[in-house]
Amino acid sequence: AGPLALARDLLAEDGEPFFVLNSDVICEFPFAALAHFHRQHGGEGSLVVTRVEEPAKYGVVVCEADTGRICRFVEKPRVFVSNKINAGLYIFNPGILQRIQLRPTSIEKEIFPAMAQDGQLYAMELQGFWMDIGQPKDFLTGMCMYLQALRAQHPEKLHSGPGVVGNVLVDPSARIGANCVIGPNVTIGAGVVVEDGVRIKRCTVLEGARIRSHSWLESCIVGWSCSVGQWVRMENVTVLGEDVIVNDELYLNGANVLPHKSITESVPEPRIIM
Amino acid sequence: LKAVILIGGPQKGTRFRPLSFEVPKPLFPVAGVPMVQHHIEACAKVPGMKEILLMGFYQPHEALSRFLVSAQQEFKIPIRYLQEYAALGTGGGIYHFRDQILSGGADAFFVLNADVCSEFPLQEMLEFWQQHGDVQSFVILGTTANRTQALNYGCIVANADTQEVQHYVEKPSTFVSEIINCGIYLFTPAIFQHIGEVFQRNQQELALEESSNGWQRAEVIRLEQDVFTALAGSGKLYVYKTDGFWSQIKSAGSAIYASRLYLNQYSKSHPERLAQNKLGGPVIRGNVYIHPTASIDSTAVLGPNVSIGEGVTVGAGVRVRESIVLHGASLHDHTCVLNTIVGWDSTIGRWARVEGTPSDPNPNDPYAKIDSETLFRDGRLTPSITILGCSVTIPAEVVILNSIVLPHKELSRSYKNQIIL
Repeated sequence: AGPLALARDLLAEDGEPFFVLNSDVICEFPFAALAHFHRQHGGEGSLVVTRVEEPAKYGVVVCEADTGRICRFVEKPRVFVSNKINAGLYIFNPGILQRIQLRPTSIEKEIFPAMAQDGQLYAMELQGFWMDIGQPKDFLTGMCMYLQALRAQHPEKLHSGPGVVGNVLVDPSARIGANCVIGPNVTIGAGVVVEDGVRIKRCTVLEGARIRSHSWLESCIVGWSCSVGQWVRMENVTVLGEDVIVNDELYLNGANVLPHKSITESVPEPRIIM
Repeated sequence: LKAVILIGGPQKGTRFRPLSFEVPKPLFPVAGVPMVQHHIEACAKVPGMKEILLMGFYQPHEALSRFLVSAQQEFKIPIRYLQEYAALGTGGGIYHFRDQILSGGADAFFVLNADVCSEFPLQEMLEFWQQHGDVQSFVILGTTANRTQALNYGCIVANADTQEVQHYVEKPSTFVSEIINCGIYLFTPAIFQHIGEVFQRNQQELALEESSNGWQRAEVIRLEQDVFTALAGSGKLYVYKTDGFWSQIKSAGSAIYASRLYLNQYSKSHPERLAQNKLGGPVIRGNVYIHPTASIDSTAVLGPNVSIGEGVTVGAGVRVRESIVLHGASLHDHTCVLNTIVGWDSTIGRWARVEGTPSDPNPNDPYAKIDSETLFRDGRLTPSITILGCSVTIPAEVVILNSIVLPHKELSRSYKNQIIL
């Protein structure tokens, strides 16, 4: 929260409420609904909550059922308290900046509890999907959710054609070869080249990468400008950083590869390659 | 001149399972032809070779009979199978059939173990035997191993000038010599006298013991422990040392290694047996054998060290390396097969990856031999060649790594480091 104090002059400029977002979160971002909700109750701040199956992994929010006013926060509760957690999406009045000093500050641990005590913080329940995409495994799950929502709302943006299965997003500048089967749940970035006979499932392929022929990828993140060789098999949340080269005919199982590495041997069990 | 090839029986060669369930081990294809055909071809080339005898305790077997017929036609030399009534050891069989071996007045005969892969310098052994003068002497083919691995074989200490064997120990526990026994011998009829002495001794010992096994045990004679050890230092036994390639074929992994050695030999002596790169054909890297009836897509990439058997189909974009694909198997599009033996009539689905771990000898040590690894180590399966038994089905898009799949199994998911019953 400290950085908000740093931007104090910019934020308080026109006296209007401002949004704050955690960048490692994916959802449908209901900005209009949130702004409306915030003006209605007139409190200092509003945050979005979402329902999860395992709330103990997160910070849990306890609020009044009818008004949405937040009573208290419980961080990673050991017994079941509530199944609503902070979705990382907020809107505040500029007045909140009075509460924030220019030092490293945790908004959840220091600012919100005080605001809740003052009855100034309200929670709006999120509609639709939500995912914390800080970990590669969750990133891929979030990607699947996003594509599913896209299918419901803007199906024309998804890719279709021979060899495309399920929800697949392909940049117009990407090239996909013959006899490939792509999807479900694949996103392919700008300038990516996928050669003939490649099978990709549940992956993100970032800009400029090349996947050479006859390879098989499932649940992977392929970084920018990577080159994946022929007859490579990658699975189980293998993550390639920028500019990684994977030689032909290798098997990568849960490999986390740091940028600019060349992989010349198979990685049969999950590990980090530095 | 005659040759006897010892082919063992079902109780032997158990390390070759599950491949030996379908076909007797001596008939398992290495570099495209049955293991024992390499022996027969080498023997048939020696001038004066009158007859080749296969000796073992397999029951009469259709595959064996068919093989004998086709081998006789191809090499134009009489080939017979002599069935031992029980496992008689490496010496007991030839002793039992000594009359057959010596019939027709053979003055010398080779004895070869079927489960070795070799350059078979038989002509050179013969010349060596003729040159050093003693027609009653016997010759063992020897080669050099490194100090550690020599302990796994028969060790030979020989006089540096005359090559006379002074000492012989089978699988010692301490270092004796790095010259090892290749399992290929040149004998004269006099050998039967020495084997007979062992037989007599066995009978005498048995007579002293109360044994319910009867006289069968007296007939079990091991050439190595019982005969060579005694003959060492007697002036009758010599070693002919070779630097040519040689390996035991005890496990499936060693079959792939032996294939590589023979395919390499083909590239020098019979290049027409190897596949060539040509227009409209698959990409061939290194030494590859493809049976004429196999059907290979032109976008497949095969080799090095690949043998493709009769009637095999290989689909588009398939990669096969360091592997043996047996008769009737089918590799669907985009599969990747590495360090694997694909069993007869097996199927590998699209984009599947079937991979094993080679157990090759250290390439930096010219005398290193392939290890016969134990199946398990520290409670875990040792990474080894992946073997698919006969009629195994591998579904699409899975990975099979370092696993052994028993015959007729239809898999439904990926497996790693497992034996699948």
